[in-house]
Amino acid sequence: MKLLTGNDLKTGFVTWWTGADWSLHIEDAADVGEHGEAILAAEEGARRVNAPYIIAGEQTPDGPRPAHIKDRIRALGPTVRPDLTLKPADPNAGDWVI
Amino acid sequence: MYKYDEYDHAMVEARVAEFSDQVRRRLAGEITEDQFKPLRLMNGLYLQLHAYMLRVAVPYGTLDSRQMHMLAHIARKYDRDYGHFTTRQNIQYNWIKLEDAPAILEDLASVEMHAIQTSGNCIRNISSDQWAGAAADEITDPRPWAELLRQWSSFHPEFSYLPRKFKIAVIAAEEDRAAMRLHDIGIQIVEKDGQHGAAFYVGGGMGRTPMIAPLIKDFVPLDDMLSYAEACLRVYNRYGRRDNIYKARIKILIHELGADEYRRQVEEEWAHVKSLGIDPPKAEFDRIAKQFTPPALDASAPDDIDRSDPDFAVWVDQNVAAHKVPGHAIVNISLKPVGGIPGDASSAQIDLMADLAEKHSHDELRVTHAQNIVLPHVRKADLYAIWQALDTAGLATPNLDLISDIIACPGLDYCSLANARSIPVAQKIAARFSDLGRQKELGELKLKISGCINACGHHHAGHIGILGVDRKGTENYQLLLGGSGAEDVSLGTITGPGFDEDGIVDAIERVTDKYLATRTDGERFVDTFRRVGMAPFKEAIYG
Ligand code: HEM
Ligand code: SF4
Repeated sequence: MKLLTGNDLKTGFVTWWTGADWSLHIEDAADVGEHGEAILAAEEGARRVNAPYIIAGEQTPDGPRPAHIKDRIRALGPTVRPDLTLKPADPNAGDWVI
Repeated sequence: MYKYDEYDHAMVEARVAEFSDQVRRRLAGEITEDQFKPLRLMNGLYLQLHAYMLRVAVPYGTLDSRQMHMLAHIARKYDRDYGHFTTRQNIQYNWIKLEDAPAILEDLASVEMHAIQTSGNCIRNISSDQWAGAAADEITDPRPWAELLRQWSSFHPEFSYLPRKFKIAVIAAEEDRAAMRLHDIGIQIVEKDGQHGAAFYVGGGMGRTPMIAPLIKDFVPLDDMLSYAEACLRVYNRYGRRDNIYKARIKILIHELGADEYRRQVEEEWAHVKSLGIDPPKAEFDRIAKQFTPPALDASAPDDIDRSDPDFAVWVDQNVAAHKVPGHAIVNISLKPVGGIPGDASSAQIDLMADLAEKHSHDELRVTHAQNIVLPHVRKADLYAIWQALDTAGLATPNLDLISDIIACPGLDYCSLANARSIPVAQKIAARFSDLGRQKELGELKLKISGCINACGHHHAGHIGILGVDRKGTENYQLLLGGSGAEDVSLGTITGPGFDEDGIVDAIERVTDKYLATRTDGERFVDTFRRVGMAPFKEAIYG
């Protein structure tokens, strides 16, 4: 699957395209298929997102998972500070990244 | 410490106002990211993995307690309660919101700080010896010269769009604590016939093509230092490779021209530049120098230290250095606790260090390129109280210059250019060698890790260096041995094929075991490596 990601203009936080809007949670991310470039251009034009780009990922039982570790770290947060990730209460959240 | 005059204040305030307006226009959608990006970078605001990242300049690593408290305040109010001290003697915040950036710059300006020239192809923040003004071995305080260079280079119109970024270091001791020869220009203040002058080393650097700066001129009279620096930069600005970003640093130009030809061109340019009257009048230098007048230290203060607490004694032996004034000492605060993140400090820790500086170190602190903090002017009689306070805050790790005093860049946990994570590797190595007796047995061992070829973690200059690479989408680590960023400067050599995260820790253990079995009396790791060469280590690592 193809995912569209970027950073929120105001906060800089990592965001994922849900098909209609942007979400901080990769679980909400939609497969953009062949439409990535078009959505990207429109959303960048609307200035709702900063530095958007398209990545490869796969659908798993836990939701979409980016192919590259860099985007998995972006999706969760720094592996060395579990307390600062999106899932601070889940001790195994880091396993998803590696 | 240098205090801003009306010009400094006006410049910084004008910049805050200008950037606030630029941010407003960006948020209102009046300008695009392509238009905005160069503007935010000129104000130290990067976009990194998780958010915007703000890099704050700490000129030559010197801070007073008010400024340090402000760094804590920013961490608390605008970030996630911590900051990351870097090898550039600066601090970075990893979770900054664009909408907060103007307020942060305003807060910084209120304590004479900013984020100017922390990015872009200009002359970056000047670095220096973290023990400047206190070191027993310095011939003078290098910081007035660093400050002069700061003023000259700030918004210098001719050097705001160089072929590539430009880093200058100034030291004034034989022992090089600032990796001087790995800068674009390294200046060492030296003495000849009773006069002080500047030795210019030009064309060093790390990154993809590491080079040690050759000596370009052994003695420039200090009155001519600026015009000589200007000539060095002009030749570079004219002939540096703007066509190829990988060849754009001055090190490549000098390597291609040869040091002799570069020197000849600089001399020619200098003859012209000198006639322009760029060097400051003596009164201006004296005005600056006066602000670095050494603090009034009582040389009759008691010189002995009560070492009855054994843990304290261990810390004194490892982290406290000689001061030029009897009865005093330099305290090195390690930001490398086992299990911690090299260079990170919480707002509470930053506040505590500021308080200690105010109470015990004539209000001064320093940031070191090894990502530690220094209290430069401490009475020996106060050491025990300082140690106790540091200890309760997790800041008394007695590991300065030992294997666990690791330099590590943010790597793939934070940095968008990274190939691999640096911090977890640093943590695993520190854990493997956590026994202090074992670390002390190994002695001085500088271990430096970068998460990619850009070498922010100085891996080329580590006695042991680690470079993170991307091997078909997985993190992989190359091992380098024999580098040094000190006065015995050298570049490390790659041992051979890389390792995964656990493999690199094992490899380092095999290297240190080999060293222990091979060394002769008094040899540091890097000395043994230089004596016996790579072969025995390679054999120990790969069999
Ligand atoms: C996280 C954002 C960062 C980015 C985007 C970044 C980017 C870069 C790049 C592109 C280079 C190579 C420049 C060249 O070779 O021309 C470089 C070099 C360097 N950076 Fe960073 N860096 C970052 C963080 C840091 C940090 C945290 C430190 C300090 C720990 C640091 C200190 C340095 C140093 C010392 C060099 C080597 C200078 C040289 O090539 O001579 N950087 N950086
Ligand atoms: S060395 Fe590479 S990974 Fe590390 S901070 Fe610099 S650019 Fe990022």
